[in-house]
Amino acid sequence: MTTLLDRPSDVAPPVKHRRRRRAVPLPGPWTYAALVAVLAGSAFPVYWSLVVSSQTADKVDQVPPVLVPGGHLFANIARVFDTTEFGLALVNSLVVSGTITLSVVFFSTLAGFAFAKLRFRGRNALLLVVIATQAIPTELGVIPLYMMMSDLGWAGELPAVIVPGLVTAFGVFFMRQYFERAVPDELLEAGRMDGCSSLRLYWHVVLPAARPAAAVLGLFTFMQAWNDFFWPLVVLVPENPTVQTALSTLASGYTTDYTLVLTAATIGTVPVLAMFLLFGRQIVGGIMQGALKG
Amino acid sequence: MSGDWRERRHRWDTRYAPYAYIAPYFLLFAAFGLFPLLYTAWVSLQDRDLLAGDAATWVGLDNYVRLLTEDPYFWNAMGNTLSLWLLTTVPQILFALGIAQLLNRRIRTRTVFRMGVLLPNITSVAAVTIIFAQLFGRDFGLVNWVLELFGAGRVDWQAGTASSHTAIAAMVVWRWTGYHALIFLASMQAVPTSVYEAARLDGASQWQQFWRITVPMLRPQIIFSTVIATTGNMRLLAEPLLFNPGTAAATGGSDRQFQTAALYLYEQGFAKYDFGYASAIAWLLVIATVLVTGLSYLAARRIRTD
Repeated sequence: MTTLLDRPSDVAPPVKHRRRRRAVPLPGPWTYAALVAVLAGSAFPVYWSLVVSSQTADKVDQVPPVLVPGGHLFANIARVFDTTEFGLALVNSLVVSGTITLSVVFFSTLAGFAFAKLRFRGRNALLLVVIATQAIPTELGVIPLYMMMSDLGWAGELPAVIVPGLVTAFGVFFMRQYFERAVPDELLEAGRMDGCSSLRLYWHVVLPAARPAAAVLGLFTFMQAWNDFFWPLVVLVPENPTVQTALSTLASGYTTDYTLVLTAATIGTVPVLAMFLLFGRQIVGGIMQGALKG
Repeated sequence: MSGDWRERRHRWDTRYAPYAYIAPYFLLFAAFGLFPLLYTAWVSLQDRDLLAGDAATWVGLDNYVRLLTEDPYFWNAMGNTLSLWLLTTVPQILFALGIAQLLNRRIRTRTVFRMGVLLPNITSVAAVTIIFAQLFGRDFGLVNWVLELFGAGRVDWQAGTASSHTAIAAMVVWRWTGYHALIFLASMQAVPTSVYEAARLDGASQWQQFWRITVPMLRPQIIFSTVIATTGNMRLLAEPLLFNPGTAAATGGSDRQFQTAALYLYEQGFAKYDFGYASAIAWLLVIATVLVTGLSYLAARRIRTD
């Protein structure tokens, strides 16, 4: 149930940037061997998922096991889409994650801008509240949240998953930290001299400057929303699933056909995997700057 | 006239607009985050059974009394939660330290290695659990096949308490170690080399340098990682739910041998629709999480910095 972003934190790691090349130890062959072993261990389950999803069922239940991919991947993919609601699940996950991402980025940049660059009474106290709310285990409020969604008539429907995800404390804080560092006050002053309202400043100055950080926040938010499990499982029904709840339904069938289940797991992982391969460097950078919290 | 209007607009803009910009966060969080959690406390004082027509009866602390004094399943789930917390959090931090140490060299293609260790973290918990459940399968699982190659017997991983906890811990550790390793790596790079050079001159071995210099220098990050790992690991649900392939039961094994408190909450709330009882579990889990987080914070703080 823990996803990339939903872990609260009350201790922020102060991380300094590396300024100059240091005399770090040179790696020997054993270091490389160990690193390759770690890398293999990290990648193996994902590889294994691909191996199983390209076999026929009888090849999977075989000793010794087959360790290389077979030729049945597309047949299995077709079977997943034929026998389950996986097509709908993919569309639903895309709608949910896309909406949440746009909303989180929008509200976070807006609030982050206000907290970093505008003066108003109670600003510091309210910012503290935002930071403190990160530590609140809101997941444990599922029972009343479910009751609320039932009353709203959203139980089983996508808004029930989307609406609670529209804002995150983490996003607000993340963008606030970025604006504090990256947008100089002089720039905003100049805009004000020209008679810009704060909303125009936001739109024409702040938002363009926010692009790199907003992209990282968007990536992170999308992956988190895509992988979210607990709440969608509670509030959605098997007929209207997200990818993760569809996986859960598949895995809890009476007979477990692992080729089918792991093919679905593989398909469901491909979108985040593709994003990770394209933008992994930025995500690694974000985590190492201590900005992105797990 | 128009100047007056402009003046007023400007005043509104500087005085009230900021509140409008931060309001969406506070309103949405209050409605869908804070309110449900607080309302959980209210529901936990009621007998509220959806299957009995959602009629709410005030029962005071009855649910808590029942949980704490009459419900062996609850204590079983709490015990499993603590066991899994220990089995996931400690290896996660230790492995992460080791991997960070490996990565903290002038390695070629370091981006590949850094992305590689983070890869498990971006895969979904549902997919990970399903894949691991297959790997830990009794008859055709790869883990048992390897064990047999080395002359050890097959293990029915789901069947036992220790074996199922080990398998579940493996999933969590696999998924989170790389994330913590990157956090540690970032701070390792900030440790000045002069400190190590001085230690080398004093004849300190690599091992001593690691435990006497690196680990104490990383104290803030170790505390941070311990705290966030603890809050996450105290509410494991997807892993124990999906580790049982071919069953929709939320019991965490035939003898509840790997049912966590979060899973017990789910079972009571959404398999049995006993909302009052489930809400009481939720609050007890919040309290337990706060206590264990406090304890692990104090434990991590004991790292010496001298």
